[in-house]
Amino acid sequence: MRLFDKADYSFIQKARGAAFFSGTLILIGVSSMVLNVQSIGSWQNYGVDFSGGSLIQVRFETAVSATEIRSALGGAEAPPITRFGEENEFVVRAGLGGEEMDVVRQRIEQQLAAAFQESSFSIVRTETVGPKIGAELQTKAGLAILFSFILTLIYIAIRFQFRFGLAAVIATVHDIMITLGFLAVLRIEIALPTVAAILTIVGYSLNDTIVVFDRIRENLNSRGGRRQDPVELINQSINETLPRTILTSGTTLVVLLALLVVGGVVIKDFTSVLILGVIVGTYSSIFIASPALLRIQKYFDRKEKLKGGKKRSSGPVSVSAGV
Amino acid sequence: MFKSLRGRLVTILIMVGISAGYLVNNSIKLGLDLQGGMHLVLEVDDPQGEMSTEERSDAIDRAERILRTRIDEFGVEEPLIQKIGSDRIIVELPGIDDQDRAKSLIQQSAFLEFKLVVPTNGLETALSRIDRQIVLAVGVDSLGRMGSGNFEAPQNELESLIFGAQTADTLGSEDANIEEEQEESVNLRPFTALLASGDLEGTYLVALEDVETASYFLGLPEVQLALPRDLSLHWEQEIIGVGAGNYRRLYTTERDAFLTGEMLENALAQRDPQFNQAQVSFELSRAGGRRFSNFTAQHVGDFIAIVLDNEVVSAPSVRDRIGASGVIDMGGAQLEEAADLALVLRAGALPAQLRIMEERTVGPSLGQDSIDQGSMAGIIGMVAVVAVMLTYYRVAGALAVLGLLFYSVLVLGGLAAFNATLTLPGIAGLILSIGMAVDANVLIFERIREELRLGRVTRTAVDEGFENAFSAIVDANVTTLITSLILFQFGTGPVKGFAVTLSIGIVASFVSALYVTRTLFLIHLSRRKSTEPISI
Repeated sequence: MRLFDKADYSFIQKARGAAFFSGTLILIGVSSMVLNVQSIGSWQNYGVDFSGGSLIQVRFETAVSATEIRSALGGAEAPPITRFGEENEFVVRAGLGGEEMDVVRQRIEQQLAAAFQESSFSIVRTETVGPKIGAELQTKAGLAILFSFILTLIYIAIRFQFRFGLAAVIATVHDIMITLGFLAVLRIEIALPTVAAILTIVGYSLNDTIVVFDRIRENLNSRGGRRQDPVELINQSINETLPRTILTSGTTLVVLLALLVVGGVVIKDFTSVLILGVIVGTYSSIFIASPALLRIQKYFDRKEKLKGGKKRSSGPVSVSAGV
Repeated sequence: MFKSLRGRLVTILIMVGISAGYLVNNSIKLGLDLQGGMHLVLEVDDPQGEMSTEERSDAIDRAERILRTRIDEFGVEEPLIQKIGSDRIIVELPGIDDQDRAKSLIQQSAFLEFKLVVPTNGLETALSRIDRQIVLAVGVDSLGRMGSGNFEAPQNELESLIFGAQTADTLGSEDANIEEEQEESVNLRPFTALLASGDLEGTYLVALEDVETASYFLGLPEVQLALPRDLSLHWEQEIIGVGAGNYRRLYTTERDAFLTGEMLENALAQRDPQFNQAQVSFELSRAGGRRFSNFTAQHVGDFIAIVLDNEVVSAPSVRDRIGASGVIDMGGAQLEEAADLALVLRAGALPAQLRIMEERTVGPSLGQDSIDQGSMAGIIGMVAVVAVMLTYYRVAGALAVLGLLFYSVLVLGGLAAFNATLTLPGIAGLILSIGMAVDANVLIFERIREELRLGRVTRTAVDEGFENAFSAIVDANVTTLITSLILFQFGTGPVKGFAVTLSIGIVASFVSALYVTRTLFLIHLSRRKSTEPISI
């Protein structure tokens, strides 16, 4: 069986449309972050890992309504209660409000014990993160993502060229922007695993981009490669790697879907982010990374011409045609 | 590595053997999120910033050792106690279900002191000074605002109330400055007003609802300075009922302890044979015993406060000279509490207060659910990938599937070899890496197909395919590895587990695709003519 055998799509010519599409998605994401600031007070729905606070997951023996729990925890003043998968499982999240670490959790446990029978529920998970740790984690998460950019940029710059690295990072930033937008729109809770998922997306998206870039590099170095029209050369490289791109993304998506469907609620957000990341990463390696490479090349070429028409000797893609 | 087929096969078998060996010997540790348990991050509590970096680091080192002893004695299997950075400790206790008990065991400083109880007279001369300092420090306005409830004198039901519920008006004349600021509703004896004379020598009684306020006053630096030099005040742990109200005793003791827990040799929980109450019996070192016995000989008839972490546990009277052993009465406590106290006393006092920065618990049932669901997802994902590879690449796909089997063994062996902890995101990382593991194979196979299409003979096409795909596989894997190593640096617990499994998965998929699948190809091709077409 063969998919996309002898594919010959003009991907680069569709870059403008893709840029528009991506721009729209990012715009939606950013506006929803701004809306979030107004409605929930922060860009994203930060979980206790980052905002500090307590999370308590309760499992009841029988189905209970959120309303019953809410009234047990103080009615209108109750902290947010969300159902967690099953009918009988709930998560309560509460800020620490300047109190000692344990106070909030213990109070909620006592309130539950007062309203329901002791044997009718059990607390299956608690998380309490002090404000100091939360703030530290925010910084660390940002740094981790930043460092992954810098290091991969260096690696690609060494293995390929700085321009390839820059294009790859642009594509990855694009992926992260769209993912963050998605998180903001659906108000998915940002917890530690979510950051892990985002970093995995960075890795996956780079992986995909590099396979295409590797083919571009190879085609450039093949006979006549440097004289070939760059648009055509890049299109050809994308088309040649298309079967692999589709198949690998396909198998990865299949396993992730399995994880999403049967993997349980605890890991659902994490998996959703990964799935989105694989889709966006595949899309961006074709429609964002390669056109970006072309643009960067064009920009550098023009700059060098202005500098006095010094002839470039090492340039991999000498651009004559625009996007 | 080895050119000959036999050499390759032997290498592969050795790798499988080593992996299997590690798996059998080490087995894979499950993270707290899978087996249930408690995760704590503790820091030296130093709100005033009085300790130097070295002091904090040193305190954490000693605290780590003491916690290890306490936790070992408590009987937790495979706990993790680890210093992080210069002033933090991570404690992971698998399978703990009584969260509060475990925490008190860890957090309790267990600083034991024996102090002589002295009459309250020594403090009474200082009371008016203390009150004035409080008024100056807190300000009349704030005192008024802090709510009159807290500042009302104890109910009159106790026989003699020192200074009773005197109003500000009668006392205010002591100090002209204060008089100017005073408001009628404000009590200018804020501390004294909370004290009622005690039922025992050397004690006051404070109504339970006022304890917090009184502690706050006593904690003020100005008040600390106003206290008589040779005295200290300690709350009693127990709450006592007098009439309709609940009270706590406030003891006046000598400032210096004549004996501390450092001189303790052993401590055991037991039941008082007479009243069947929980108590802790202790034995002192030789030097401690001598000091104890000399001291008690001089103070027959006096009371001795046994102070644990600044609170009085019990204050027995000395009936006779006491030797090298004694008993701490625990009042109405459970034997379990006595056992915990004995344990922390044996392990020694923490050098500083530890503050909990982060706390996570997972119940065992939730962990088991996660394991079941994760394994199910893994199996389904694996079957799906196998099906795709077989339909798409036929015989070559089958070889890749064999490579994937090797990959699984290598990953599990790698996890065991590195003593990695498998967490829920870790399982996801494994499943994800199955999807990505076939990537290298797909890259190679697509290359082989291309070479075949160009008209190369089978043998050449396979060799070229592996060679041409090499650079893409290396670059793609290295960048993924870079991000997962950063993740490892950044993460704790579950996230770290994810980074580890992902990293091991990447390396394993690299080996299995480039070496194992290649070997399988060589075996497959060696049985046929180099021109015979292969099924790919």
